[in-house]
Amino acid sequence: MAELSYRDAVAAAIAQEMERDESVVFLGEDIAAAGGVFKTTVGLLERFGPRRVRDTPISELAILGVTMGAAMTGLRPIAEIMFSDFLACCWDYVANEIPKTRYMTNGQFAMPLVIRTANGSGSRFGAQHSQSVENWAMAIPGLKVVAPSTPADLKGLLAAAIRDPDPVIFFEHKALYALKGEVPDGEHVEPLGKAKVLREGSDITIVALAAMVHRALQAADVLQKEHGISATVVDLRSLVPLDTQTLLAAVSKTGRLFTVEENPRLCGWGAEIASIAAEECFHDLDTPIVRITTPHIPLPAADQLEDAVVPSVERIVNTIRKFADFKSTALGGL
Amino acid sequence: MKDDLPKPTQLALYKMLVELRLTEKRAYDLFLQNLVKGTSHLGLGQEAVAAGFALAMNKDDYSFCTYRGHNHTLARGASMAAVLGELMGRECGLLAGKGGSMHLTSVEHGAMGSYAIIGAHIPVAAGAAWTAQYRGTGQVAVAFFGDGTTNIGAFHEALNLAAVWKLPVVFVCENNLYMEYTPIHSVTAVKNPAADRAAAYGLESIIIDGNDVDEVYRTARQAFAKARAGDGPSLVECKTYRHSGHSRADPAHYRPAEEVKEWLTRDPVTLYRTRLTGLGIAASVLDAIDAEALKAVNEATEIAKASPPPAIELAYRDVWANGGTEWRN
Repeated sequence: MAELSYRDAVAAAIAQEMERDESVVFLGEDIAAAGGVFKTTVGLLERFGPRRVRDTPISELAILGVTMGAAMTGLRPIAEIMFSDFLACCWDYVANEIPKTRYMTNGQFAMPLVIRTANGSGSRFGAQHSQSVENWAMAIPGLKVVAPSTPADLKGLLAAAIRDPDPVIFFEHKALYALKGEVPDGEHVEPLGKAKVLREGSDITIVALAAMVHRALQAADVLQKEHGISATVVDLRSLVPLDTQTLLAAVSKTGRLFTVEENPRLCGWGAEIASIAAEECFHDLDTPIVRITTPHIPLPAADQLEDAVVPSVERIVNTIRKFADFKSTALGGL
Repeated sequence: MKDDLPKPTQLALYKMLVELRLTEKRAYDLFLQNLVKGTSHLGLGQEAVAAGFALAMNKDDYSFCTYRGHNHTLARGASMAAVLGELMGRECGLLAGKGGSMHLTSVEHGAMGSYAIIGAHIPVAAGAAWTAQYRGTGQVAVAFFGDGTTNIGAFHEALNLAAVWKLPVVFVCENNLYMEYTPIHSVTAVKNPAADRAAAYGLESIIIDGNDVDEVYRTARQAFAKARAGDGPSLVECKTYRHSGHSRADPAHYRPAEEVKEWLTRDPVTLYRTRLTGLGIAASVLDAIDAEALKAVNEATEIAKASPPPAIELAYRDVWANGGTEWRN
């Protein structure tokens, strides 16, 4: 096992897949000569050359349109959309073209492509460069939606996304790029659509994604140490396909479900999780399902403002203590 | 004076023009009988662009067109019954009824789709051309679009990228003078909506008579030769006119009667028939082509009418490459 940053895991995954498959190509703004604005793709141009690693103009429509056309004709393109907020500039491809073409043509095309994009808050970039928009993508039939929380998952899931025959929107969290972690040596591929139980507990289940996974884990520590509440923490890793088996098993065991979401409140991914849990394990629930989200506001820029609105460890702990009514159960203690 | 095309090419072009014309007329008849559902955008009057380009393509070239795509899909070789069946929402349809009039696609014929969002397919065609360039296959990609498309961002982004990457793609504007209901000149800063933008991307300004199928065919061959030689994209503006409204909902009352009358005298099918008879091709030869085309359209109509509606299970297929629709375990 080698230690790798979440940032370096991006180039490692792309290099791994380009090495094994000549049909993998990579395009985007500033990704080649500059190595990416977040320095996630340093060295790829030098290693694979300008034929396979291509800088584009600032043309998000052209980037995704070309990516789609290449995928329809046999390549496996990886496109970078620099900030996930910019998906709105090329939304026709994300919402209308890429996910629907196979269906509309009665299966005449496959669409093996990946759209990598930097998602989420923490960099104080304000409302148009800091959003968490994974829920936008989740709303569209025909897209797979992946958001890793660790360097190992980044490498393994990105490799799987590149190999997948369907379009994948791959959300990298900006605030995690500097995070270091152990990554298995050699070829590393993690299957899409499998959630990971990162901590086993008996009282509550916390479900989170990307940067929120780390806050959920910290909150679980505090809850255990200071309040005697034992939490299971599930990292969903992918919203589509959604691993409901792992999710429902955890909820059934603990009887309480909390989601921690960076996306704004309305129609955030946790709403779908809550709906599934309510429909399918209602009788196992001891308390209401509670969603901990960014409020339904655009993200402010200043440190204090951004920190105030995105779910913090403190808010997660306090919300769980408030809603998880342990007096009414055999556990007692609160 | 340009040399006349070889006689077999001329007859093939004439046959294609007539087949496209009669199939499209039949689509309109079927609409009047309430057998075509949804919307449909007829290409009556614009057949020469589709025929000229398609016959100049190789079988493995890629073509991309718009929701006004019946002509372009047929011209690549898709069957009349499959096209009419799709308009009618039948099992025999090109997409088994899952796409409808605006999404006709036949990958086996290189007809890589009809796109219902203005301009969306122009970068996609550039992407197909990128694959051809990357693999060194010698294929070209062609994108057909209307004059209205020249004012949308995807058009400009794709032209720039294709020029910078020297992609083997040909962009073909069918300028029929109206974006939908509004005259293109009243919403566009330049006189020739495509050709006058060519200079912005380092491309040659090419304007042709889109109702002259010989001229279209010759231009297509030149543009394809350039693309296959590695000399990059071309942008061709074809002046043409649609005989009917924008879509089936549009009687096109906004067009001056004199203008319509003038353009009808330049109908591409009549023009070509007159030219061929002038070159000594017997009227009986052309009549035989007409009769054969009508017979084919009649047979296709019966096949489509006899075809059942699609099986309901089809609605639950092919979201994913594994054929399924599952988003959870």
